Amino acid sequence: MADLIYNIAAIIALAGIVLSFIRLIIGPTIADRAVALDGMTIISISLIVFIAYYSNRIIYLDVAIVYGLISFVGIVAIARYLERGI
Amino acid sequence: MEIFGAVITLIGSIFLLLGGLGILRMPDVYNRMQTGTKATTLGSILFLIGISIGHYECGCLGKIAIIILFIIFTNPISSNTLARAAHFAGIKLTSRSVKDDLKEDDLENKGEEK
Amino acid sequence: MISIIIIVFGIIMIIAAFLAIHLKNLLSAIISAGVISLLASVIYLLLAAPDVAMTEAAIGSGLTTIIFIFTLKKIKKGDLDD
Repeated sequence: MADLIYNIAAIIALAGIVLSFIRLIIGPTIADRAVALDGMTIISISLIVFIAYYSNRIIYLDVAIVYGLISFVGIVAIARYLERGI
Repeated sequence: MEIFGAVITLIGSIFLLLGGLGILRMPDVYNRMQTGTKATTLGSILFLIGISIGHYECGCLGKIAIIILFIIFTNPISSNTLARAAHFAGIKLTSRSVKDDLKEDDLENKGEEK
Repeated sequence: MISIIIIVFGIIMIIAAFLAIHLKNLLSAIISAGVISLLASVIYLLLAAPDVAMTEAAIGSGLTTIIFIFTLKKIKKGDLDD
């Protein structure tokens, strides 16, 4: 019962990634695409934690920690470039 | 206990879906930024807490707490930087918005300098 | 469950690679390339290679984007509109 609910939750989160990616395709400006990338990153961190518990390997959580730190730097770099200057 | 954690995870995933839907459907960059940050932050925190409640016997609450702390710290900073960059890059607000405080503040500061 | 995630992420990666070639604006192409390495990291994790996934997340998604943006600033190209 609990495993079924976890799987349904993961599929709903996957639908969130797909909706954000549609905005990344049709986004008129660069800021739209950066916002969509930000949303996809946060949902991906949740999916990585789900995969770690789904396959019973706790070492996978380290990937989520690295991911949460590094992707933030990329978004800030894009934003600083948009503001004319890095 | 497992059912309780699973229900919290389901609520968090619904917030994640609403965040993605808001990124797709909102009319403006700033509205998209607002829904894409607040809803996904709350949703991912609920998702992680629900999973760690459901699997509490494995003893890895510390790493989950570190991930939640990183999300709480980094997500508002990146959203704030992006909103400021979008404003100064000259991206227009939507036609239905009624007030722009940052633009008025900029005009007042330029008037004082002159 | 694993196969569903791999199929959806594979389709998204193919569309993002097509987008990175065909977009006129260079910064949008850089963002599309970032999406590819973001999802490739999750797929490496699903194929039971956490060290490769960690390296891909650090280098492919973080460092490559920053180096591309720095180069783009050096050569002064790329407009704001699409």
